[in-house]
Amino acid sequence: MQINKIKKDMTEILSDVFDGATIMVGGFGEAGSPIELLHGLIDKGTKDLTIIANNSGNGRVGLGALIGQRQVKKVICSFARSAKGVTFQELYNKCEIELEVVPQGTLAERIRAAGSGIPGFYTATGVGTPLAEGKEEKIFNGKKYILEEALKADFAFVKAETSDRYGNLTYNKTARNFNPIMCMAADKSLVQVKNILEPNEINPEHVITPGIFVQSLINIENPIIETNAIEEGMTYP
Amino acid sequence: MININTKDLIKGWDRNTIASKIANDLPHSSYVNLGIGMPELVSQYIKEDREIIYHSENGLLGMGPSPNENEIDLDLINAGKKPVTILPGGSFCHHADSFSMIRGGHIDYCVLGAMEISVTGDLANWSTGKGIPAVGGAMDLVAGAKNVFVMTQHLTKDGKPKLVQKCTLPLTGAGVVSRIYSDYAVLDITDDGFKVIQLNEDITIEYLQSVTDGNIYQ
Repeated sequence: MQINKIKKDMTEILSDVFDGATIMVGGFGEAGSPIELLHGLIDKGTKDLTIIANNSGNGRVGLGALIGQRQVKKVICSFARSAKGVTFQELYNKCEIELEVVPQGTLAERIRAAGSGIPGFYTATGVGTPLAEGKEEKIFNGKKYILEEALKADFAFVKAETSDRYGNLTYNKTARNFNPIMCMAADKSLVQVKNILEPNEINPEHVITPGIFVQSLINIENPIIETNAIEEGMTYP
Repeated sequence: MININTKDLIKGWDRNTIASKIANDLPHSSYVNLGIGMPELVSQYIKEDREIIYHSENGLLGMGPSPNENEIDLDLINAGKKPVTILPGGSFCHHADSFSMIRGGHIDYCVLGAMEISVTGDLANWSTGKGIPAVGGAMDLVAGAKNVFVMTQHLTKDGKPKLVQKCTLPLTGAGVVSRIYSDYAVLDITDDGFKVIQLNEDITIEYLQSVTDGNIYQ
């Protein structure tokens, strides 16, 4: 029997996702954002989610739509203010969604650390700022650092360009961003991928995320392009 | 407290002039991160005698200018989420590697905007204390880049000094700024205060001091 991580439909790939789960959502703005997986979660109706992502969604598509459906109780991100953001802002202003602000590099490193079995690390980022409050400080070579803890998740929702049935992933340009490290930091990585190739068709030298970090795949050949969807006034559901 | 009637303000350098001064000070073969907004202008003024490599923190090293309308690729964007291009010799990486370039001290210069800069080099540029707090990569850049340049108007829109004795807004980093490029002057942060490196042709040192809340010297 062969290993095959490719799931037949959205219901199957999302079958394990539970109420109250912590989910990492890949993407930087719209580049690399797994919009179809997020829409699948809206259809499934999963609630009380904690989302770890760089941003908090645009318009009423993808993450913006999931937040708009009130399925998210907390967002951990670096930048929750965006020109096209709507739903997070609405709930935040009514104090109906929680926000943890994390500097972008600290966010990436906390995720990377979790995926690498490192429970915490010291960093100079944030020292002397409000985001250092309550954090342990330590001096190394005369310079002050703060302790940051690893950030894990139950699931990572990821968008990739190409995969084989083992989950060896490649990405497209800056759509790579948080996706590879989120695959490493989540118990289960669920990946929507544009192209599925045979195992011998991806050059091993070109694999960015080795299949060990991926649990499930779904083929989404023509994903929604967020900018166009918002311009066309798309809302989901 | 200094509060100048904005009608009485002397007009300083325009933003293109400030950008060209910064471009002139970036040495050949530097790796540079330009903040979103006004600092992006700097790349337009790099002279032919040097090559600068631009880093965008969303995983792009070797960033090029904006694409033509028919060449836009929404998977190829900058930290401001605007479409860009990649130059020959460029590369992509994931977010942790991209921030290792910053946090690991590999970026030679970053140029950022500012709300306040203190006389000891503290920078506040991420939060007015109101609305949704959003920091992005600013705290990583000021903590990790070898040189932190600030590009700013000398005064706020309502005539208050941005160069201050002590920041009142939430800090991005403490003691991190090395040089300020304003519409009135280029100034270094030193132990003795703001040191004037270059003064706008139309203003005097006395005037500069009158619009700065902190010791100025030449």
